[in-house]
Amino acid sequence: MLLRFDRTERILHWTNAVLFGVLLATAAALYIGPISAVVGRRDVMKTIHVYAGLALPVPLVLSWVGPRWGRRLRADVRRINHWTPDDHRWLRSRGRVGSARVGKFNAGQKLNAAFTGGAIVVMLATGSIMRWPQPFRLSWRTGATFVHDWVAIGLFVSITAHLMFAFSDAEAMAGMVKGRVRRTWARDHHPVWHDEVVAPAADEEPVTS
Amino acid sequence: MVLRARSHEVATAARPAAAGTPVGRRVVLGMIGLGAGGILAGANIQDALTRWLAPVFAADPTGLSSLIPVAGRFRIYSVVGFLPRRRPNEYRLKLDGLVDRPLDISYADLLAMPATRLVRDFQCVTGWRVPKVPWTGVRLSDLLDRAGVQGHAQAIKFTSFDGLYTESLTLAQARRSDVLVAYKIENHVVSAEHGGPVRLYVAPMYGYKSCKWLARIEVTTAVEPGYWENQGYDVDAWVGHSNGRDDHATS
Repeated sequence: MLLRFDRTERILHWTNAVLFGVLLATAAALYIGPISAVVGRRDVMKTIHVYAGLALPVPLVLSWVGPRWGRRLRADVRRINHWTPDDHRWLRSRGRVGSARVGKFNAGQKLNAAFTGGAIVVMLATGSIMRWPQPFRLSWRTGATFVHDWVAIGLFVSITAHLMFAFSDAEAMAGMVKGRVRRTWARDHHPVWHDEVVAPAADEEPVTS
Repeated sequence: MVLRARSHEVATAARPAAAGTPVGRRVVLGMIGLGAGGILAGANIQDALTRWLAPVFAADPTGLSSLIPVAGRFRIYSVVGFLPRRRPNEYRLKLDGLVDRPLDISYADLLAMPATRLVRDFQCVTGWRVPKVPWTGVRLSDLLDRAGVQGHAQAIKFTSFDGLYTESLTLAQARRSDVLVAYKIENHVVSAEHGGPVRLYVAPMYGYKSCKWLARIEVTTAVEPGYWENQGYDVDAWVGHSNGRDDHATS
């Protein structure tokens, strides 16, 4: 078994997952007419939505700043940030070719992570304008609402896709639930990462548990 | 063994960073740029999109298009955990307080009174505006006259049959000819979602003044802040001159 996500990364992922779930559910209650009509309690939904939104960056920052506990997260963010020509090839073929060169994350995972990261910043900014609108002129408030609405739809689509991929690959799911994945799975799906972790030097024992 | 493994991971973690372009950062920065542009230009983009998509919405039988964030559509707000429903044949409207002849009238009684039709934009304090909404109902001033308002009365309190929502107007505001006890919206019976079967419609003010699911009209001595006003919204909610907003007036 290979360690794919350490405890910090898993706690961060599942905290974010819960917060995103609360945000999407309360957003539906606030925004989608038929659901608003049934759920109601507008003030309560609004308060929960605002606090869940404000809480969203807290686990991210806490995991990031840890000198020791944030080390793996920071390394993975560096991996996600940097794209190789293979990533472009992988994306253009929608994952059909180039899997032989995939590292710890494929281009789709990198794109999803970057989109989610950007969306968090944009949603925090536009959500704050909506919640505390006094300093902003009217057209900016309307614009903030407009951006918040569309990015929310984008997040709904990307999170739905993320869940579909996760549920279609039990080993990938295990990597985020238990932290470790089978070596054969890593070799098949993330061969470059597999080689990095497993065979740093032939005379040493591989990183296993 | 464990320590050895860690040292390998640190060594290899840095390796992928050396190769490739920082596309992840570009995606994040690009989204922040688009987001900022959207805040500045979103109002105009939304208007253009609304005009462009109007024929699509008109032809959509599924209602799914209502999920697309454009302007010009009602959003349904309720402050309680259910959708208050009352059939027209079981509906009653009370008008009491400082009046000579308290009223307790049925839906049919309302329909029998002289009707007024208004076509006005509906502006919500949260920003959305629905253009040219036709409303039909009885002027509140007609109902007040029928009940006979006493001399020392100053204000009106409205109560919703959702059991929670209240609103208020001064007597002078309530006597305006563009304040209706409405039973039709967009030429249809006011649905439960829109606050039916009977709701208040205060044309010149933000939507929260137009109390939905209207159950009781009480003539009082002083304006009592309503549900949202207790949470910070202006009591005198003139469109364009309150709540820090400068929308075009609706009436």
